[in-house]
Amino acid sequence: MGKIVLKSVRKSFGDVHVIPSVDLTIENGEFVVFVGPSGCGKSTLLRLIAGLEDTTSGIIEIDGKDATALPPAKRGLAMVFQSYALYPHMTVRKNIMFPLKMAGMDLAAATKKADAAAKVLNLTSYMERKPGQLSGGQRQRVAIGRAIVREPAAFLFDEPLSNLDAALRGNMRLEITELHQTLKTTMIYVTHDQVEAMTMADKIVVLQAGNIEQVGSPLELYNHPANAFVAGFIGSPHMNLLTGSDAQAEGALTIGVRPEHLDISTTAGKWKGVVSVAELLGSDTFLHVNVEGHGTMTVRGGGDVNLRHGDTVYLTPQPDKMHRFGTDGKALA
Amino acid sequence: MATQSSRATARLMVAPSVVLLFIWMIVPLAMTIWFSFRIYRLLSPERSGWAGVRNYTWFFNSPDFWLGISNTLLLVGGVLAITIVFGVLIAMLIDQPVWGQGPLRILVISPFFVMPPVAASIWENLFMHPQNGLLAAAARGLGEQPILFLESYPMASVIFIVSWEWLPFATLILLTALQSLSSEQLEAAEMDGASALSRFRYITLPHMTRAITVVILIQTIFLLGIFGEIFTTTQGGPGSASTTLPYMIYKQALIAKDIGRAAAGGIIAVVLANIVAFFLMRSMGKHLDA
Repeated sequence: MGKIVLKSVRKSFGDVHVIPSVDLTIENGEFVVFVGPSGCGKSTLLRLIAGLEDTTSGIIEIDGKDATALPPAKRGLAMVFQSYALYPHMTVRKNIMFPLKMAGMDLAAATKKADAAAKVLNLTSYMERKPGQLSGGQRQRVAIGRAIVREPAAFLFDEPLSNLDAALRGNMRLEITELHQTLKTTMIYVTHDQVEAMTMADKIVVLQAGNIEQVGSPLELYNHPANAFVAGFIGSPHMNLLTGSDAQAEGALTIGVRPEHLDISTTAGKWKGVVSVAELLGSDTFLHVNVEGHGTMTVRGGGDVNLRHGDTVYLTPQPDKMHRFGTDGKALA
Repeated sequence: MATQSSRATARLMVAPSVVLLFIWMIVPLAMTIWFSFRIYRLLSPERSGWAGVRNYTWFFNSPDFWLGISNTLLLVGGVLAITIVFGVLIAMLIDQPVWGQGPLRILVISPFFVMPPVAASIWENLFMHPQNGLLAAAARGLGEQPILFLESYPMASVIFIVSWEWLPFATLILLTALQSLSSEQLEAAEMDGASALSRFRYITLPHMTRAITVVILIQTIFLLGIFGEIFTTTQGGPGSASTTLPYMIYKQALIAKDIGRAAAGGIIAVVLANIVAFFLMRSMGKHLDA
């Protein structure tokens, strides 16, 4: 159905090696998220799978068949673009029916499929409108509808939520996750937002400079980051990464402690610091603490933590929740 | 904030320019209408007075009149068809990333900067001339008789020369439209299984509709009045095979020196232009809406 295998896939633009070499297996029905900072090659990797870019070398297999040289239309994949890429001069119905029309399906069957997709996506009352008359979330749904009707082997999403406001993004995140549970089709989702990655993925692929840093389930990545980059990237607020004598005492170059794994005390503790900013969220309190010798550390406390700017605090890491990284940045056992 | 008084002030402030523009338009038009009903011949100044509708009936009864009208429409239609079709194709061609794109685009645009009589002379003397022309030399090289372009195919030759001049304009407008087409739309269509031809038919062409409409409307305005190219090359001939309405008006005004008839021809041209504009706006005006 939708198993996708990448074997030493490389992509270069001239002398720039965007993707040095990637090996990756995406199982049928998995929701895989490519995450990484901007320019890490995650979108390029997606476009390679889609066939919109030619691979410099390596093999892309879809359903066990070599698809490296196949044109995009022949790969049986559907893509949702960041800009939605709806056809502005066509109505919603025509947009959704376009892939079916291109496939030569007869009008009655195509209409039936489009209506079914519209029902799933709550678009039924907008079918005769043009994309220009729709809101961002509705356009997003039309783009998804256009992808669904093709019944692809896999869906590819290229940062689909980055043009939406925060509230809508939360809703669409939920809708896409529900859609995946309904359709049980392989989905590959590209984002720079680690919250989207953590909440939606079965499997997260963390990329940096075209290299895969780690592949794993959200909690694997959170609990056992393979290196300092993944440790700093996954989790919000970011993990505190410390060097110097405290790290050497643990036998590592760098140690990492997540904000939620620091105990706060006003009387005694391992590190002494002064609160510079306290962010009160009600359920949580994020403290930004200036610690002598380590700069700013972020601490997550409960909503009842009553500390303000200028207060002195003592921080103690929970010893079993500390991450140690060696000279090469890799995690030490 | 458009309050009642600010709107009134706005109307008052634009009034002078509106009035000026109205006078600017109405005075020449009124004078032309006036002359078109007068006997006004420069060669016999002693005759004057009202001509009634005789200036008009002369035009309608002239053996060249309907030929002139159909030639005018043929010229407009022919040049529009050639410039739009080739404009779209050339625009798509030079939209591709190629080495030397900047100079290439300037080369494509450059015919537009050549003045109409110069362009017509170049084509007449350097290309289409039966003895000295490049095309004649090519024909002789192939062992054929040189084609007498301006004698055998006068309208086609004029249409070709005018198209050569206006193709850059169409290309330029269509190229800018093409550049505003998002590549993601084309990629989405590609993923949706559309062939290159389907992508052109369903994505690129609809995207360019408005630009094409603009090109048609602007070019029609200018093409209805094409005169210099005909004057330079065929002089409306052979016989009156390439006579258009503007050329007939010129002949009345400056050869027959009959201002009354020329004015009547001018009014007929205005009516013709309005009829063309009416049908153009009826059929294409909706493409101009946002």
